[in-house]
This record gives sequence, structure tokens and C-alpha cells, in this order.
Amino acid sequence: MIQRKERPHLLDRRLLMDRSVPGRRGVRLPPLDVPEQRLPPEELLRGDLDLPEVSQPEVVRYFTRLSQLNYSVDTNFYPLGSCTMKYNPKVNDEVASLAGLAWLHPHAPGPCSQGALKLLYRLQGFLGEVTGLPGVSLAPMAGAQAELAGILVIRAYHRSRGEQPRRTMLIPDSAHGTNPASATMGGFQVVGIPSDSQGNLDLEALKGKLGGDLAGIMVTLPSTLGLFEPHILELCRLVHQSGGLVYGDGANMNALLGQANLGDLGFDVVHLNLHKTFSTPHGGGGPGAGPLCVREGLAAFLPAPVAQRVQGNGAEEYRLVRPEHSIGRLGAFHGNFGVLVRAYAYIRALGGPGLRQVSQDAVLNANYLLARLKDRYELAYDRVCMHEVVLSARRQKRRGVRGLDIAKRLLDYGFHAPTMYFPLIVDEALMVEPTETETKETLDAFIAALEAIDEEVSTDPDLVRTAPHSTPVGRLDEARAARQPDLRWRRGRT
Amino acid sequence: MDSSRTFSPYSPNTPEDRRAMLEAVGVGSVEELLGDIPSRVRGAPLALPEPLSEQELVQELEVLASANRHALEGPCFLGAGAYRHFIPAVVRAVASRGEFLTAYTPYQPEVSQGTLQAAYEFQTLVCQLLAMDVANAGMYDGASSLAEAALMACRVTGRSRVAHLNTLSPFHREVVATYAGPQEIDVQEVDPAGALPLRPDTACLLVQHPNFFGYLEDLPAMERLAHASGALLVVATDPMAMGLFRPPGEYGADIAIAEGQSLGIPLSFGGPYIGLFACRAPYLRQMPGRIVGRTVDARGETGYVLTLQTREQHIRRERATSNICTSQALMGLMVAVYLATLGKAGLREAAELCYHKAHYAASLVQRVPGYSLPLQGTFFREFVVQCPRPPAEINQALLERGILGGLDISHLVPQGWLLCVTELNSRREIEDLVRVLRELA
Repeated sequence: MIQRKERPHLLDRRLLMDRSVPGRRGVRLPPLDVPEQRLPPEELLRGDLDLPEVSQPEVVRYFTRLSQLNYSVDTNFYPLGSCTMKYNPKVNDEVASLAGLAWLHPHAPGPCSQGALKLLYRLQGFLGEVTGLPGVSLAPMAGAQAELAGILVIRAYHRSRGEQPRRTMLIPDSAHGTNPASATMGGFQVVGIPSDSQGNLDLEALKGKLGGDLAGIMVTLPSTLGLFEPHILELCRLVHQSGGLVYGDGANMNALLGQANLGDLGFDVVHLNLHKTFSTPHGGGGPGAGPLCVREGLAAFLPAPVAQRVQGNGAEEYRLVRPEHSIGRLGAFHGNFGVLVRAYAYIRALGGPGLRQVSQDAVLNANYLLARLKDRYELAYDRVCMHEVVLSARRQKRRGVRGLDIAKRLLDYGFHAPTMYFPLIVDEALMVEPTETETKETLDAFIAALEAIDEEVSTDPDLVRTAPHSTPVGRLDEARAARQPDLRWRRGRT
Repeated sequence: MDSSRTFSPYSPNTPEDRRAMLEAVGVGSVEELLGDIPSRVRGAPLALPEPLSEQELVQELEVLASANRHALEGPCFLGAGAYRHFIPAVVRAVASRGEFLTAYTPYQPEVSQGTLQAAYEFQTLVCQLLAMDVANAGMYDGASSLAEAALMACRVTGRSRVAHLNTLSPFHREVVATYAGPQEIDVQEVDPAGALPLRPDTACLLVQHPNFFGYLEDLPAMERLAHASGALLVVATDPMAMGLFRPPGEYGADIAIAEGQSLGIPLSFGGPYIGLFACRAPYLRQMPGRIVGRTVDARGETGYVLTLQTREQHIRRERATSNICTSQALMGLMVAVYLATLGKAGLREAAELCYHKAHYAASLVQRVPGYSLPLQGTFFREFVVQCPRPPAEINQALLERGILGGLDISHLVPQGWLLCVTELNSRREIEDLVRVLRELA
């Protein structure tokens, strides 16, 4: 058992501006090598520029010490459900930083960017193959932006048919918050669909919401409960019958790589999260990338641009084009290229069989945790899971300790906490996603930690309720942060 | 099959591990765990190319990379929203640290203080750079930030019309249209020269400063124009220009955004970049995106947390201020390290280097017969040249001499060519460029 211990004395948390000393600087710039030009009138010029003055060694030490306050995939098991915190291959970072990729200007003319365009074109093809939906745009800069784009594709599709506007977007109660937020931004009215007692979407409830106003449904598969929707074929059939389209939130694609063709299942529009399934680093909360994959007949609506291959005088040439009825641009350029390069490298390293093995191991690892933990922790739904397992701390709550406390206590054992209190429909939810890149030894250590914490809940509940004890800071006063927002450094404050 | 081809260096499970885990689960194979997937959608192997070893992978990517002509390979005068600036080694060294790179959104603040404190630094630096009250932790890029700013202005004012100047970047304009369309917000172009009053139902006036063509706008006049109609003034600026020019906050901007790429982020063919997003304090709760706040832990020690989350999608769902979850945290870190390293004097110097070199280039170019600068006013590091022949021809001729020319904007300005000069362009490069232009006159 890990005991309470003195929290390590906090390192110097002073901010850059508090470290600033006039005259210090971190880099020297070259002298001006052209004749000095006349500056514009004073009223256009800046007076004081309030930026820190620190030396280079201070910058390096400050940020390096900050980095050491983080848990990360490189340092800790990070079973954050629905986020697919798998290992991020180092070679992918290295190839993305090759000068020919990292220093390519987005306005570089076609002949200067053929390598990059070929990479984009091939990646579109790979992702079309993985999803079974051949129309692909790599433009969305994150999963949420892809959702908005996908919603706009659905809107554009209905408009192109010249019918009465369809305004209803169905969203299951287990969905990520981005789904309803994206549907609203796309101009739709969100109508919720409940889950049944097995954690599946309630088909009877769905039937009651079908009709001429139905634009579509947003489905996460497997669901955020880590469960494969067994009625997915019927669900898609019903929605299509009503004239709606099926949007697939690909957040949980790590369970399905090489296992199921989403196009055959009946999905019309799907986004992928390259920072989840395709191993690109999460960066502490971005950058991500959210390619959008659609059925052939919807490709004309894709966000701009998309890469295209043309055969010209014997040689192939690649270029960026705007799909004929594109919903438009989502950013100034062509998407998060540096992230796309990493995903390309990941797919090239694993190939088809390798990707299939990814989902098999991800599902196996999650079910192993499920099997080993279900005697101690209640399962949200007692059935086989896919790539993640949702536990409930209901039993521990009866002994006076909440899911939140258990999550915090896990930090003391050196593990990042699972996703807490999500999905919203599970009481005291702890959503655990181990991914395929963890060893059985790590999974066993995690199981042992959760077992030990369950013991602690009985023997020393206060130890758990006041956790974490060994982290750089203890539980933080979030209410105060929201009540008295302190969002930036200010001179002279304490 | 060759077993070395199916082995994944990223997954540790051995056949023995799998056997032991299957036994614990109580099934004979993983297939049994996948039984919910309808059989008719299963089976077909993915038609993807054969997997590569790490060595082969690096070689393939090197071939692709070398098929590009990148912006450090020789003289380059391209800008138009993405800029070539020097990046001190410190930036990459810090941003490559796995503790930053491979963490996620700081949902567990006790083990994410590094990411959180860096984001708080970023917010501080953005506020100081733009002279605004509050900033969020970052958006996808400058263009989508402007679109979100337009939506925010509509929420704040309860109005649904957005006006922008005709000098706004065409790319930004398109993104604003993408975001505004589905919410039935009208986007309207106004001519700054006309200075007509805005329609009374206008939520905001979007002004890019310096504008797409590189020139400063008359912000005092734009401020009067916007506020006279009760509209918000939204300024899209360039963070490098902030080293030299008065910031939007001093002109009364209500929301200020910027593309942050200039501050330590490589060009990377257009992304990932970061949008800087700041506003006046009264509008804080209508701001989209992640926000980090300072607070204390149980012992009274300082710590940082994600805050004001009731604006956000995971709490508010369909009533959220935006669907955005990412803050481009890694790019925010790079911006913070860049600004810390350049500091007060360095950013000013970098901006001045850009200014003097760009103006030197402009003075030489306009002395070449046939070339002129059609726009009046003050520019920063970009300017429009009117050429004696189509800019595409000039770019082609320059490329043959190893020079990446400016952006062809002849669809916006007749024979127009947008030329960008930064601190990375040497006097020799500038003079070489001018020599070629003379040959092409």
C-alpha cells in the first residue's frame, strides 16, 4: 500500500514575468544588413511591449521542470477512456520534421509540393479503405471540426435534393458532448435517443422519432460504453428509410480497425481521430486531425481542399481541388499536415494485418481488465466489451468513497486516471481504455492498484478521499477558479 | 506469411500473453469477443500496402520530402498567411519532450501542472501581445478563430449580421462563410473607403490588420464605424507585427484574434498552427475554447486548472459556446517558449528586421521600370507589386533561378503579386530578386 507521504516541496512555480530581469534575453538576432528604412509615424507604433526578459538557460530549465509535472504516455500508463492514449512512435515525429515536409510553404506552387500532395492523396486512399467510405477530406483540424463538417455535408446533401429542410438530428444519450454541440453549430435541432438496459440504443425510441423532418443520426461505434451496437444494421436501415443519413463518430475506431467496414454497416459519413486511432501525439490537448470519410455520392460536398491525382503527358501529377459542391473551407490551408504525415507513417509501418492486430489486442486488453476487475468493481453492463470497459464505483460509493476519489488515488500509484463520470448515463463511471500498446505486466500492475484501492476503501477510506498525496499539487479548488477567474499574470499581484 | 512483417514494434503482446489473457477472459479466441459485429461486414482484409520496417519507412518519407521544394532551401518570398521566421532551437527542444508531447487535455490537473501552467503563460503572453483583458488557451488556426469570433459577436449582441472589409484574406472569408452559413448569419462586405454606417443589425465588423495585402487599416475609423452601430470590433492581427505596431486592445477592439504560426511554428504545409483568441473581460463567458485558471490546492499551494467549463461542449452539450475541445496545446507551448526566448527586446528586433528588409525590397522593386506599388499606406513585411507581366510568368522564371516568388493575386489586383520579406531574407537575396525582376521587365 502506498502511504500518505509528504508532498515533495513544491518547486519554484514563479511565472515567466516574475522571473523577468531587465536586460536578459534568450537569443541574439543577426544585425540588419540593409539600409535602415524610415519607420511609420509614432502614433502607429507600439509603446511598451510587456514581454518577459529571461536568459536561454532559464527558459530551458523552466519549461523542462514544468514538463516533469505532467503524466504522459511516454512516462505513465494513461488509460483515459475514449481518448486512445496509445504509444506515439518516435519515428513519426522524426519524419514529420524532415525539412521537405516541416518547412514546406502552404502556398508552394504545385511543382514544389508534389511529395506532400502525393502523401495526402495516398493517405486519403488508406483512410477510405479503412472505413469503406471512399470520399475523404483531410481538411478538418480536429475531431470536433470534422463533426461540424460532416453535419454540414448532411445539410448540403438534403438541400441538394430540394426537399423541405430537414431539421432534426438524433443523438444517443451516451454521445460525446461534441456531437450535440456540432449539430447545433450546423443549424440542426438535437433530439436525444435513450439507451436501453443493455447499453444499446433503444430501437423502439428511435422508431418514434423517425419522420420527414429527420436529417440524420450521429452514432458512436462502438458506443462510449465500449459496446458494439448489435442492432446497427437495423438502425441504419430505419434511418435511411426515413430519408436520413447516418453519421459515425470514429472516436472509438481503435476497436474496429480491419474488423468491420463502416460503409457496409450503413454509415454515410464518418470522421476519424488521427490522434487517437492512428497514434499521433495528443500534445497536451492538440493538435489533432479529423479526416472526414463519406460515401461516394457525398464526395462532392466534402470540405475543401482534397488531393487529386491527374495523369498528364505520361507522368502523374497531384493537386489540391475544391469538391464541386463543397461545404467550404474550415481553415486557411489544407488541414494539420504535420499530423497527417505522422498518421501516414503509422499506417505504412503497420499495413493491413498490423492494423487488424491493433484492434484485436486493444479489445483483448480491455476484456482482460474487465474479467480481472469485475469482482471488485461493478460493470456498467455485464457483457463483453470492445476496446474500453466502463466500470462503476457504485459499490465503493456505498462505502463512502466516490469514483472521483478512486481516480485521484490511482495517480498516487503512478497511473493516469480513467475518464471519470462519462458516459453521463452511468453512475460513478470510470471508463478505462488500455489500448494495444501496453504490456500485460502493466495491466496486471493497474489491476493490482485498483484492487489495493478497493481494500483501502474499506480500511482507510480517508486515505482515498483525500488523494492524491504524492503528486506535485493536491486537489485543486475548481470552484474558486471559476468564481474568481484568474486567467493571466498581472503586475504586482501576489 | 513472413512473421517479421506481422510483428508490430508498437505492441508488446506475445502469443503467450494473448493465450494467458484469453484464458482469464474465458474465451478461446479474440473472434469470440467480436461476436456482436455482423458477420456480413467482416472478413475482407484491408487492401493497404505491405508494412515497412522503420528503416524503409524513413527512406520512403525522405523520398516524399525531397520531392518538395521547401522554404528554407533557398530564397523565398511567399507569405499570405503563413510566414517563414527563424525558430530558436529551444522551441523544438522543449516541444519534443514526451511529457508535453504525449499528454492529453489536462483533465487530471494534479498530474498535468506542466501543460496547465504553460497554457496559463500562453494566455498571459497573448493578452500582453494584443493588449486585451483575457485570452483562451488556443484555437485551431487564425481563420477558424475569426469565424468563431464572428459567432461569438452574434451571441454577445443578439444580432445575426457580420460585416468585413474587402481587404480581409479570401481564405479567412471562406472560413467565416462556412461557419456562419448554417446559423443563418449574413456575411457582408463593406468598403472602408465608403465608410458608410453599418446596418443597425450588424453584430461585428471584422478587420484584418495588417490586412491580406500587408497594409495597416485605419483602426480608429473602424472602431468608430463599428461602435457607432453598436457592433463589436473584431481585429485579426499578425503577432509578429505586434513587436512594432500598436496592438488591437489600444484601438478599442472587443475581440482580437491572430494566426500564431509566426511565433515559433514551422510552416508544415499549412498546419498544425494555432489561433490566438482574446477579448474584453465582459465577454469572457461567451468565449469559445479551453481556458486555464489559477487557483490553490487543499494546502493553499498555487495550481492551475481548466476553468469556466460550463461554456463548453462536454458540460453544456447543444448549448455550448462552441464544439471545440482542442486548444492546439503543443503549438501554444511553442508560442510561449518562442516569446519567452525572444522576449521584450527580441520580438521588437525581429519585427524591425522584417520591416526594414521588406521596405528595402519595396524601394528597390518600385524603381525597376514597369513595376509599381499600387497600394498606399503603411505595410509591415508584405506588399503588393503590380507587375509588367503576369505574376505566374515571373514566378516561373524565378523558380528556374532557384527563387520562390510571391503569391500570384492577379485575381484580386490586376497583375498583382504579394511579396513577403522576413528577417530570413538576406540583402543578397533581395538584390538577386530585384535583378531577375529587371531582366523580366
